Amino acid sequence: MNRQTSIPALRHADAKERLVVIGNGMAGCRAVEEILALEPDRWAITIFGAEPRVNYNRIMLSPVLAGEKSFDEIVINSAEWYSDNGITLVSGDPVVHIDRAAQQVVSRAGRIESYDRLLIATGSDPFVIPVPGKDLPGVVTFRDLDDVETMLAAAEASSKAVVIGGGLLGLEAAHGLSLRGMTVTVVHLMPTLMERQLDEAAGYLLKSELEARGMTILTGADTAEIVEIDGHVGGVRLKDGTEIPADLVVMAVGIRPNGALAKAGGLEVERGIIVDDDMVTSDPAILAVGECVQHRGACYGLVAPIWEMCRALAAGLAAQPKGYSGSVTSTKLKVSGVDLFSAGDFSGGEGCEDIVMRDAARGIYKRVVVRDDKVIGVVLYGDTQDGNWYFDLLRQQQDVSDIREALIFGQAFAAGGALADPNAAVAALSDDAEICGCNGVSKGKVVACINGGAASLDAVRAGCKASASCGSCTDLVERLLALTLGDAVEESAKTICGCTSFGHDDVRRAIVERGFRSIPEVMQELHWSTPDGCSKCRPALNYYLLCAWPGEYVDDQKSRFVNERLHANIQKDGTYSVVPRMWGGITNPRELRAIADVVERYDARMVKVTGGQRLDIFGIRKEDLPAVWADLNAAGMVSGHAYGKSLRTVKTCVGSEWCRFGTQDSTGLGVKLEQMSWGSWMPHKFKMAVSGCPRNCAEATIKDFGVVCVDSGYELHIGGNGGIKVRATDLLTRVATEEEALEHCAAFVQLYREDAWYLERTAPWLERKGLAWIKAQLYDDPGAVKALASRFLYSQQFMQDDPWAQRAAGDRADLHSHVGRITAGPPPGGARLAMEPAE
Amino acid sequence: MSADWVSVCGVDAIEPGMAGTVPVDGADEIAIFHTSGGAFYALVNKCPHKGGPLSQGIVHGDSVSCPLHNWRISLLSGQALGEDKGCTPTIPLKIEAGQVWLDRAAILARAGA
Ligand SMILES: Cc1cc2nc3c(=O)[nH]c(=O)nc-3n(C[C@H](O)[C@H](O)[C@H](O)COP(=O)(O)OP(=O)(O)OC[C@H]3O[C@@H](n4cnc5c(N)ncnc54)[C@H](O)[C@@H]3O)c2cc1C
Ligand code: HEM
Ligand code: SF4
Ligand code: FES
Repeated sequence: MNRQTSIPALRHADAKERLVVIGNGMAGCRAVEEILALEPDRWAITIFGAEPRVNYNRIMLSPVLAGEKSFDEIVINSAEWYSDNGITLVSGDPVVHIDRAAQQVVSRAGRIESYDRLLIATGSDPFVIPVPGKDLPGVVTFRDLDDVETMLAAAEASSKAVVIGGGLLGLEAAHGLSLRGMTVTVVHLMPTLMERQLDEAAGYLLKSELEARGMTILTGADTAEIVEIDGHVGGVRLKDGTEIPADLVVMAVGIRPNGALAKAGGLEVERGIIVDDDMVTSDPAILAVGECVQHRGACYGLVAPIWEMCRALAAGLAAQPKGYSGSVTSTKLKVSGVDLFSAGDFSGGEGCEDIVMRDAARGIYKRVVVRDDKVIGVVLYGDTQDGNWYFDLLRQQQDVSDIREALIFGQAFAAGGALADPNAAVAALSDDAEICGCNGVSKGKVVACINGGAASLDAVRAGCKASASCGSCTDLVERLLALTLGDAVEESAKTICGCTSFGHDDVRRAIVERGFRSIPEVMQELHWSTPDGCSKCRPALNYYLLCAWPGEYVDDQKSRFVNERLHANIQKDGTYSVVPRMWGGITNPRELRAIADVVERYDARMVKVTGGQRLDIFGIRKEDLPAVWADLNAAGMVSGHAYGKSLRTVKTCVGSEWCRFGTQDSTGLGVKLEQMSWGSWMPHKFKMAVSGCPRNCAEATIKDFGVVCVDSGYELHIGGNGGIKVRATDLLTRVATEEEALEHCAAFVQLYREDAWYLERTAPWLERKGLAWIKAQLYDDPGAVKALASRFLYSQQFMQDDPWAQRAAGDRADLHSHVGRITAGPPPGGARLAMEPAE
Repeated sequence: MSADWVSVCGVDAIEPGMAGTVPVDGADEIAIFHTSGGAFYALVNKCPHKGGPLSQGIVHGDSVSCPLHNWRISLLSGQALGEDKGCTPTIPLKIEAGQVWLDRAAILARAGA
């Protein structure tokens, strides 16, 4: 860069050149140190600082808040440093104006200082979300010592704090305040804590740890307002209406490079002050460094890049340019007892390979992302010892193909070069080496079990319990099987998908017995081999959790197939079809009119009578769905769940009310069955029918649950199926009254819900388990029907909330709207694109 | 020549693990994906198989499973993964100042198509 050398020297021949620094913070002072190291005698230096104190280590404010350090311990440049180096420190007096023509700066107190070179190091400003109440006393940010002092005073005087923002700063603030005795709630907009640095799996572990320490963590929580009580903060109200009482609110939602002064002075500023590789701004006499700059499009919020910038700046200024070329950053959370490390890019991409290791017993999650034989990202939770080693591999772009196999085990394993064949390593283990830590099973026991006839992984799990709990030793057990039996190893029952070594039954059992409450928890505890599963296991886990913890588990929309997410059926042209519920297949003029109106109003291209006695409206756009539902709701109709792995329809015939052969009120029973069971999520779709006599006009014997009315009561049939493979039902039992028919139905449905694999219809389920097994579950224990039925009805309390009404009222509007729109007007002079706000 | 960027929405508009849609006058709709790992990608919202709206699929890792017949499409390259063959055009995207930006030229190229 030769821009700098073009500045004429305006000073007296033997006077020093004047360097003025705006910002007495980490970057400003470090830059001065670097400059002094290269050219100790060239400059007469003046530093302006807005804060009334010397430069201190800002990142250590967290330990100060937590009571682990005092201010004196975090000072970097003492008053002596300034005087020893002849630096004039103007503290507590911010610069308010830069006059580039005159090469002068003006401070708030009116002090004018001329410069030959100006260095701007104004850092960043905390971002304050523009909600009502943001200016109330008791609302603070977390940026400087004054903020910490405000928080400490609040902690003395009061008891409850809300921290808005679950990033690094927010969590460190929450941790500190909680150590100071406050009850802390963290409100985070995103579903995952520190989502910029962590993936979902590590975010889950962090959240569990902080909750175990007594903090309340609300994710996916959007702040609507800061509530006032007597002119002071009284609490925080979220957009969903939740109100959290608080005497102190800490806003830690992010920072913004502080480029205002530079911009007012006419420098080029985008997100930050634009600088070149020598940290020179658009004015060759002015440099900038630290968080306030934007270099090659990037702004930084950590100190490591600042040190590199300062070196480049000093070198450029001394006309020995080295150039700064951007930084790769890593993050550690400074919460004592929580080990967390993240660096690089772990969002993945083409050709990326994830190597994941989870150790549930020790709360460890490690993920290394490799592309083209190089480490490009790493997330470590629980064991961060190797963080720096991975970070080095990453920054140096080292080829890791030689150590690939052992990479995830860390430096001690991988760097030793002791990469024996893993099979040989297992063979070399002694007989009493422990294979399965969860169940304390030694190699000798596993081999004995295999020699005793266990020829598959499942058989070993059943026989000696090895790998039957968390599954982290599955690999070892499989190697032992291979070593002992060679080709005679048998395939085990199918796993859910390639992400896990467990089958559906294992996972369902583990969820219930070990009380897993979320998808990331299941993945962590059962050692999933992918960071966030796949389109097979996510929906299955979501269903299993929903079934196991009714009323408690919050449905994960990301793990739902589109139909269940949008509560309508996607069609091949990307539009949707809508089927309102018609209880038992009965409708009336009001409903028909509403349907007719919807068809006309939204240009539905077809209406069809379905096989399940419903009307299906075709060709609705996803944006129109909420309005369509609102119209249907207004006529008293709710979602027909024609899209769901759930109760679809109850088909009925007209029965004893009209038909000359009818033996019972089949229509009435159908309506009651449907009212009892609508809205319930199931392993797969579930259809019912009730026929009024054995002529069976409602085709009850090809349904999942069918009732055939007879003079003496009701025959209950199960496991029928139309579709590709037609299967007629098996007779389950006969009952005398409607009440019994309803109760047995509820019990059967619940048994299916609790036992079947996700995406397994009742027909294959029945064939897999056997009719005898199902009967035994229901009838061996005289209390079983009642118990199952009451579990079903309990869960139904939470399910029978019309999803259409929720959406029509504005819930999850994001799912039904576009995020933006691009209009390509063809104006004279070429194509142009304009943006319109989202609808 | 450096790309000419047009901003379409804030990064907060799309929850991680989900996708948002951006209709374009006279051209194919664009889908913007936000993975649970935090990455953003933009693709034409059309499956290479039979045109399924990829934005409505389940997003996992850096791929999306098409809602119509479950093809798995790479978000980075637009290529069908596994046994399937086909490719959906990708649109260059960048994140800056809390906004998602798309490459204007690539969008216009689609408009011309
Ligand atoms: C609580 C906390 C914890 C952190 N933890 C970490 C961590 O663990 N790891 C990490 O790498 N980073 C961490 N950081 C970030 C790190 O502190 C910053 O990246 C670093 O301080 C930025 O240095 P800077 O000089 O650019 O800005 P600052 O250090 O903010 O310095 C800028 C200074 O300029 C002053 N100023 C602004 N305008 C004017 C004006 N017009 N006139 C005069 N003076 C002005 C400001 O008052 C301030 O003192 C943390 C930050 C905080 C707040
Ligand atoms: C004497 C014998 C029968 C009589 C009197 C009879 C009468 C009826 C009546 C009145 C209906 C209208 C019911 C309604 O509105 O829902 C009907 C419907 C129907 N019947 Fe029959 N039926 C007889 C035998 C059968 C048989 C043997 C079958 C085939 C197995 C059958 C299949 C059907 C079907 C599929 C429907 C339509 C049900 C639907 O709405 O989807 N019927 N029948
Ligand atoms: S099933 Fe029996 S009662 Fe029902 S409509 Fe047919 S004939 Fe009548
Ligand atoms: S249209 Fe996407 S898989 Fe068929």
